[in-house]
Amino acid sequence: MDAIVAEKITKQFKETVALKEVSFQVRAHELFGFIGPDGAGKTTLFRLIASLMLPNSGSLKVLGLDPVTEFKALRKKLGYMPGRFSLYQDLTVEENLDFYATIFGTTIEENYDLIKDIYSHIEPFKTRPAGKLSGGMKQKLALSCALIHKPELLILDEPTTGVDAVSRKEFWQMLKNLQKQGITVVVSTPYMDEAALCDRVALIQKGSLLSVDTPENIINSFKTELYGLRSVDMYNLLIQLKAYAFCENAHLFGQYIHASFKGELNRNDLLNYLKTKGIEDVEITGIKPGIEDCFMQLMVSNETLETV
Amino acid sequence: MKKFWGFVVKEFYHIFRDKRTMLVLFGMPLIMMLLFGFVITNEIKDAKIAVLDLSYDPTTRNITNKIASSGYFQIQEVLTSDKDIESIFKKGFVKEVIVFEGKFEEKLYKTGKANIQLITDASDANQAKLIAEYTSGIIRAYNNELNSAYTMPYKIETESRMFYNPETKGVYMFVPGIMAMILMLVSALMTSISIVREKEMGTMEVLLVSPLRPIQIILGKVMPYVFLSFINAVFIIILSLTVFNLPVQGSILLLLAECLLFIVLALSLGILISASTDNQQVAMLLSMVALMLPTMLLSGFIYPVENMPVILQVLCQMMPPKWFIEIVKGIMLKGVGLDMLWFETLILLGMTILLLSISARKFKKRLE
Repeated sequence: MDAIVAEKITKQFKETVALKEVSFQVRAHELFGFIGPDGAGKTTLFRLIASLMLPNSGSLKVLGLDPVTEFKALRKKLGYMPGRFSLYQDLTVEENLDFYATIFGTTIEENYDLIKDIYSHIEPFKTRPAGKLSGGMKQKLALSCALIHKPELLILDEPTTGVDAVSRKEFWQMLKNLQKQGITVVVSTPYMDEAALCDRVALIQKGSLLSVDTPENIINSFKTELYGLRSVDMYNLLIQLKAYAFCENAHLFGQYIHASFKGELNRNDLLNYLKTKGIEDVEITGIKPGIEDCFMQLMVSNETLETV
Repeated sequence: MKKFWGFVVKEFYHIFRDKRTMLVLFGMPLIMMLLFGFVITNEIKDAKIAVLDLSYDPTTRNITNKIASSGYFQIQEVLTSDKDIESIFKKGFVKEVIVFEGKFEEKLYKTGKANIQLITDASDANQAKLIAEYTSGIIRAYNNELNSAYTMPYKIETESRMFYNPETKGVYMFVPGIMAMILMLVSALMTSISIVREKEMGTMEVLLVSPLRPIQIILGKVMPYVFLSFINAVFIIILSLTVFNLPVQGSILLLLAECLLFIVLALSLGILISASTDNQQVAMLLSMVALMLPTMLLSGFIYPVENMPVILQVLCQMMPPKWFIEIVKGIMLKGVGLDMLWFETLILLGMTILLLSISARKFKKRLE
């Protein structure tokens, strides 16, 4: 049975359309990621799944239950961690965990096994008020609280935003472990590099899903050759590349400009063109595309579709 | 049920850990009581007055002596002409001028009737009212004394420029008002803020997703404040008993029960406020403007309802504190029981049920 089945769900706030006919399935025991920039509609989608908001149209089944009518039954099986840190800052680590255990009708001891890996990191600070924890520890505590009632489905809204690189890595390892214990994990993130850690990802942009697939398949579906270009004056290079007649797409990624071209790339033609623009020190290498490149490409084609 | 108590315990943690909350909860009632009790005193002591005795006979001198030796007044000046009255008021330190009409004694014994005029400086209206009242009290006492000595009734008429409101007689008037104010403030303000805080911090989102039912969330939030407000009510009663020597004439049990009713009413107002906003500041402002001002101004606490324009009087009838203050006054000062206060109690009960059902309906199970 699929953990989540969404069919053409639309959510509208007055003028703005937050989600446009979004359809996808999350399989049971899957680690599923929603990848997209801020304002893409991730939080709204998660709130719909968590029965905190109602869709305007479309059908949604979470764990076989309808979040609109069967929200009471659903809320017992669901672990939800909102994007904002939402624990009680004036309560200590232990009191927070104890409180969430109590309102979900369980105790810390009962489900300690499940949270042991995560909670052991913060247990030395259990008498500290939650508001005084570091960003990474806050997220670990929030995750422990969301897990304490042993949910079948765990929904995490941007759990790694604002968390340092080491804690982020640890956090993903924890999610993998939870998945092994049979919990379906749905997570959203604005970081493209985290996509590769999911079983399947959905790329989301402006309320629409661009693609739903495994990270490998998404990368493999990248249609054209990708090149990395470098020069001393990167900014000028980017402008000139975008003006180049055969350039399909050009974006700055760290030290390189990732560019794809229409048809086969004629290196000499490109170098000559750049020379006329006063750029002579260009270095061109073929590179393997990443998720981010795929996202950019899908985004551009989605936008051109929209304008057509 | 265990879930619910877990929630209540959490709420107590919040209250006891926040120093400001504690201060508002327990410091404010004490400060308010003492402020109203000692600083804003309604007692008159050594008020400066002037006498214009147009008759200057034994009777008027007797009355003047009585007033001067009462301890309330201090005769500052003796005037000789009514032209001086205005100039002496303009100097500002004299609060009252007592005018005996000409041939006072003669008139009193011949016609059985003589007049004294009390002119008060009403720039401070409340004080003026009190001064006039005290003076006429002394004169009335003298009149009684006079009548007991003679069989024929003589009547000294005092004509006061101020309207005398018999309800302002007790200086302890403020206790019922303070009680209404503190209970309103603590119950409504604190609950509305504490519910809205959960929304603002994002914790409400998690609470909603939990198996807790909305009614459990509301009750869990409200319970500690019912308890603490009740303690406050007891505290106020004890203070007024010990520090201000104001005995409770009626049944203390009934008084406490009425307090509890009013607390629940104020709490449902608080829930209603919290349902209509997501912002602590707005909640605070709403509580202040929508609850505090009517409690102070439209309840008969500071200004008597009877003296207001008709529209405001109608508005007063809709204010819960007005009824509560009447009940407390009835029990504390007059010593009446439920047989006299059933109507007021019924109104409070009706308001509570109405507000509770509205606020329970308005509380959202979701984020929108």
